[in-house]
Amino acid sequence: MKVRAQIGMVLNLDKCIGCHTCSVTCKNVWTSRDGVEYAWFNNVETKPGIGYPKDWENQKKWNGGWTRTKSGKLHPKQGAKWRILANIFGNPNLPEIDDFYEPFDFDYDHLKSAPEVDAFPTARPRSRITGERMEKIEWGPNWEEILGGEFSKRSKDYNFEGIQKEIYGEYENTFMMYLPRLCEHCLNPTCVAACPSGAIYKREEDGIVLIDQDKCRGWRMCVSACPYKKIYYNWESGKSEKCTFCYPRIESGLPTICSETCVGRIRYLGVLLYDADKIHQAASVENEKELYDAQLGVFLDPNDPEVQAAAREEGIPEAWIKSATNSPVWKMVMEWKIAFPLHPEYRTLPMVWYIPPLSPIQNAVEAGAISAKNNMPDVKSLRIPVQYLANMLTAGDEAPVVKALERMLAMRGYMRAKSIDGVIDLGIAKQVGMTPLEIEDMYKIMAIADYEDRFVVPTTHREEVEDAYDLRGGCGFTDGNGCSTGSSGKKIFGSRKFVVPTGGAR
Amino acid sequence: MDQFLFGIYPYIALTVLVVGSIIRYERDPFSWKSSSSQFLRRKQLIVGSVLFHVGVLTIFGGHLVGLLTPLSVWHALGVPSSAKQLIAVIMGGGAGIMMLAGGLMLAHRRLFDARIRARSSFADTAILLILIVQVIIGLMTIIVSLGHLDGEEMTKFMRWAGGIFIFDGDAASYIKDVHILFKLHIFLGLTIFLIFPFTRLVHMLSVPVRYLWRPGYQIVRTRKGKKS
Repeated sequence: MKVRAQIGMVLNLDKCIGCHTCSVTCKNVWTSRDGVEYAWFNNVETKPGIGYPKDWENQKKWNGGWTRTKSGKLHPKQGAKWRILANIFGNPNLPEIDDFYEPFDFDYDHLKSAPEVDAFPTARPRSRITGERMEKIEWGPNWEEILGGEFSKRSKDYNFEGIQKEIYGEYENTFMMYLPRLCEHCLNPTCVAACPSGAIYKREEDGIVLIDQDKCRGWRMCVSACPYKKIYYNWESGKSEKCTFCYPRIESGLPTICSETCVGRIRYLGVLLYDADKIHQAASVENEKELYDAQLGVFLDPNDPEVQAAAREEGIPEAWIKSATNSPVWKMVMEWKIAFPLHPEYRTLPMVWYIPPLSPIQNAVEAGAISAKNNMPDVKSLRIPVQYLANMLTAGDEAPVVKALERMLAMRGYMRAKSIDGVIDLGIAKQVGMTPLEIEDMYKIMAIADYEDRFVVPTTHREEVEDAYDLRGGCGFTDGNGCSTGSSGKKIFGSRKFVVPTGGAR
Repeated sequence: MDQFLFGIYPYIALTVLVVGSIIRYERDPFSWKSSSSQFLRRKQLIVGSVLFHVGVLTIFGGHLVGLLTPLSVWHALGVPSSAKQLIAVIMGGGAGIMMLAGGLMLAHRRLFDARIRARSSFADTAILLILIVQVIIGLMTIIVSLGHLDGEEMTKFMRWAGGIFIFDGDAASYIKDVHILFKLHIFLGLTIFLIFPFTRLVHMLSVPVRYLWRPGYQIVRTRKGKKS
């Protein structure tokens, strides 16, 4: 047993209102620079839809994630090491920037500098890559927002696999949900595995996956390796970048910026202890539907004294062990089993978890005919097809998703009975295999969602990560090489001269 | 003049190559990269880049082995100079054509694709054009070589290159009578060495072959137990 700790995240999709505050605060902090205008470390997709970049879930096209050979070994789907090196001159699996979108800005300056004309002046788009006029914007970061576009295009959504999807194109049967996405900080990351330079690494103390900007040589294998397409090639600096899980904030015991600013209070952060020796075994389970269970088997019960002792032996700080016992992520993932990994079939063991959304009863007329035990409707009658959620969260296995949805419905039913009728409905709790105490705890964390219940982040022990003395008087965000931004000033070694963006004049 | 160009200039070029690369690696590691533009435009890149790279690496390896392996080793192996020249002409010619074809595709893309042109530095465009000119001169020398197939001409270059590495002060004199195309080819080659640290060419020094025998796939970093 090799105990390690990771800060995991849970997103309660049931409460996501799709406001994009997470994406915007993230962009303002991390990617408001040349070369990554197109990159959204955090983005919110409307599902069903093909997403960002286009069709990212279709690994037959992109070859992201892992593949299991017949002998039970794992190698990146784009190929084992020699295949990856053989593709180094031209990576056939690499998306093009148009698969995300061509970044653009508007000629705002024209609004104030235009001469007097008959028509009201407009700010027309201009490419941020070439600086040339773009006559028509064909695609953007959130093109399918709230079911934008035709169903025939959106329905290419990979999660419709095995579903008779045509009826969901009809107005009466349509459904939608939001899916905020960020780097999964996987236990078995393919990006790390595919980096020929060895520049990407997982931090032992908190599980955050980072790219060493000084070691990255721009071989771009990580971009195609990541099945979530959450590694972004900075076309200006020639290096890859990704979500940093706001590590400077996490180290200080603060939530990531996306979590902090979430208006719907849907995000949770907490410590999970896991057994690093079990990762490989869990990722190589033969049946894809068993991957979700296998991943749960990697986590260690923080309340178990033996686990605590082993954690201490590995040098995990006391504060982290204590946090782990109080972790909302542990409760949602392991105790209540209502949170699921995104696409476990990629075999990356992702560490950002999703609580599936409830949705209105499909059809009011049918609703009466549906069996409703203890005031609980059958989850099969919910508007979002369970199979769709299962394809997204459990490699197609409906049972765990059904159970989670039932538990969420039970929580509502129980609390409604308690606060409106003043009745403790033990039956409803028993029906979903939970105790009243558990349901009330669930209610406190999921519905009330106080700040300190959502974010249980211990501070990092500086003495074990980086030398704080060197960070003293640091220079904020840089791309490496000390305080150099990597592209500022005229450099003898061929970096580009930094051009101050001047509105629409470019 | 010959003494400067082929006796002294090689040392200047090699020194700048070595010292410049070390300084860049040490002082500005962030700028050490392949500068791939595939993400901005996939068209023409995959075919062009593979042809170009395979060609250029074959040629580079061929020159290295061909020029720096002492003549006595070849004779010990039973390879006469004429056979060696034939190998060089065939391999170099083939690889040269690959490199030229790939290079022209890449150059077309770099000069005429709006995105790539807008995002190319002067050095990016210049080094590609220089390499194309160099391979064209190299291919032209083959025509000259076909005029004397005995292989004696080639041994001159081997003696010169070897001479440079053993600090033979007369090295330049060994090639004073060769065809002007050869001289041009050598001069431009040395110039490529000279500008190497200032271009994206440095990425060839970090070919990630280590990846093949890196233990396992995953990398975990920690400072635990380390003195910082």
